[in-house]
Amino acid sequence: MPSLCRDCLTTFETGKRCPACRSPRVTAHPELFDLTIAHMDCDAFFASVEKRDNPDLADKPVIVGGGQRGVVSTACYLARIKGVRSAMPMFQALKLCPDAVVVKPRFDAYVEASRAIRAMMDELTPVVQPLSLDEAFMDLSGTERLHGAPPAVMLARLVKRMKDEVGLTGSIGLSHNKFLAKVASDLDKPRGFSVIGRAETTDFLREKPVRLIWGIGPSAQEQLEAAGIRTFADLLRWERRDLHARFGGMGERLWHLARGEDARRVEAHEPVKGLSNETTFHEDTADVDILDGHIWRMAEKVSSRAKARDLAGRVVTLKLKRANHTLISKRQSLRHPTQIADTIYRVARGLFDQVGEAGPYRLLGVGISELTGAAEADREGDLLDPDAGKRAEVERAADAIRARFGKDAIVKGRSLR
Amino acid sequence: MKISIERGALLKAVAQAQSVVERRNTIPILANVLIEAEGDTVQFRATDLDIEVVDRATAKVERAGATTVAAVMLNEIVRKLPDGALVTLSDNAQSGRLTIEAGRSNFSLATLPREDFPVMATSDYATNFAAPAPVLRRLFDKSKFAISTEETRYYLNGVYLHVADGDGGRVLRCVATDGHRLARIDAALPPGAEGMAGVIVPRKTVGELRKLLEDDEATIAVSVSETKIRFATPAITLTSKVIDGTFPDYTRVIPQGNTRRLEVDAAEFARAVDRVATVSSERSRAVKMSLDEDRLILSVNAPDSGAAEEELAVAYGDERLEIGFNAKYLLEIASQVDRENAVFLFNSSGDPTLMREGNDMSAVYVVMPMRV
Repeated sequence: MPSLCRDCLTTFETGKRCPACRSPRVTAHPELFDLTIAHMDCDAFFASVEKRDNPDLADKPVIVGGGQRGVVSTACYLARIKGVRSAMPMFQALKLCPDAVVVKPRFDAYVEASRAIRAMMDELTPVVQPLSLDEAFMDLSGTERLHGAPPAVMLARLVKRMKDEVGLTGSIGLSHNKFLAKVASDLDKPRGFSVIGRAETTDFLREKPVRLIWGIGPSAQEQLEAAGIRTFADLLRWERRDLHARFGGMGERLWHLARGEDARRVEAHEPVKGLSNETTFHEDTADVDILDGHIWRMAEKVSSRAKARDLAGRVVTLKLKRANHTLISKRQSLRHPTQIADTIYRVARGLFDQVGEAGPYRLLGVGISELTGAAEADREGDLLDPDAGKRAEVERAADAIRARFGKDAIVKGRSLR
Repeated sequence: MKISIERGALLKAVAQAQSVVERRNTIPILANVLIEAEGDTVQFRATDLDIEVVDRATAKVERAGATTVAAVMLNEIVRKLPDGALVTLSDNAQSGRLTIEAGRSNFSLATLPREDFPVMATSDYATNFAAPAPVLRRLFDKSKFAISTEETRYYLNGVYLHVADGDGGRVLRCVATDGHRLARIDAALPPGAEGMAGVIVPRKTVGELRKLLEDDEATIAVSVSETKIRFATPAITLTSKVIDGTFPDYTRVIPQGNTRRLEVDAAEFARAVDRVATVSSERSRAVKMSLDEDRLILSVNAPDSGAAEEELAVAYGDERLEIGFNAKYLLEIASQVDRENAVFLFNSSGDPTLMREGNDMSAVYVVMPMRV
């Protein structure tokens, strides 16, 4: 049977241990070198980053979380053994695991680690679909000739590099569609490498509970149980049209999943629908000058993201949250798409003036949507605002200065408000 | 109320009134038309609270009175009746229905009390003058395409009607702009119009007004106050609120120093623009004009869909120029030209361009170029 040593990446046909390095970390499967859809999931990502950066924590149960809401964000495997789970209230977690070290999350460090891993995945295939900082789908179809090795080998190399170069471990699920790849990555955690082949798909699923399906939460589970569906075997007994009649679109999807079918593609680029930035104030404010400063800064942030991605928006939105947490949302369509901060600011400011409420507000957001390419943006001036063109030129000049000398090299006075 | 009226006369009156009625509205009475019969006249009144139309027709009034019925439905019924039919409308106070009879057809429509119908308050019209229908038609027809639909600039959502200093003295002037193009149309100042306060006539009113202006022989009585404008013929009175805002100072928008002059057959130009713009798939269909000695090349380059080019023989004697425009805007202004050649005056590829018909200064258009 095709076998792969995950330590030295040797491939071989027989034996429980690697013939080259004698490692027992061997994955063997009849379809091992034929499957191309993978799911990579980092092991206890936040907690692992903390352990990596602070060796004192290595042998201690670590819980990342706390902060304002006081819940567990991630628990390391030592803490999980005691029963600590994500989203558990902190006091309960500490009752289960009193000697745990609680660490506040450091998102900058997680983002940096995630980027490094993402770059490694991008080397494997252009079709990487990140689901969050610590997991992603990859479609390695057609990459075998490029890499000179089948996907399974490249995936084993990826987790090895993650361990060697970033100091983090991950688990791989390899199969023939996204649903099964994700199920597989969870089978053998941590540092797992699991394969679900075509031949075994239905046998594998048969006795598994339907809650395995991503997106089947407690309420959907309840609905399914009311219909007598607990396992995939239960699902298989249903006619397609009956499932559809009872559960609508979800029923259709369940019918396919029961047979291990999932036609969703790995989408490299989730189409960006809009760009927005918002800020929650340190204290609620009704001061128009302060709010105006926020509108400008948010417009500038949105604009710089749009410029970085060569995008422009045809709609500008303004979002305000009142002190009592109720939301106000306003939008304005533009005749021509824009990526200019000055234009976004002016439209957002116009929307703010239309709201006509005194405040106070706790949050302000500015966004653009109905995006197009930058080539179509800001191509036409405004007869009634002849200086708009000049302001746009000034902005692009300031952008160029910032690109060269840093983002604080030149700022608008109103951003200091 | 009971009246008899010829179907054609009835349709004309009802059709004009019902077009004011908003198709989607939440106040039931606003979907209705108020029918009032007295003497030998029946009048139909409809409103959307901003515009009110009153149409009068001669009818045989057997019993004077008034009621209101659904305007759109009444119009549909009358439209479907055979030509030349004699139609009888009678209301029944007990059943609260309006009966419509014509030949063997018989309809019964629900009514609402006439007291509920909002009649627009009269205004103190400071200016009153009369203008021939063709004069008003030209003023509004040639400017309305430039009206803005942008709600944040509500003061541009109409045509600015005012008195100004024109080429040969005082003129009655219409201006409309959306910030991308502008139209400025002048007409001889009618007696009595001097001193009129400038008003912004809303887009919808301009559309409704058009129906009063079809008859070349008609004279329209115009009355203007600070808040309302009224256009009247013997058969129809259209009263509208004007937009409560300040129209921007458009005079600084109209370029004075543009010297590069292009003269081109407007119809030929428009057809060529339309042809090359076909390959442009974007929403802002940019057309590039490349000008050289007596030669104009129109081109569109849309990387995703294709490219097109067309050459036109023109009169142009200034230095070379390349300038881009939105194809739709070029077509719109070119289609305003109907007698002579179109004359374009350019400055640079980034400055507003002026267009007029020959040397006629009574209709001037400005259009903003776009980057190509």
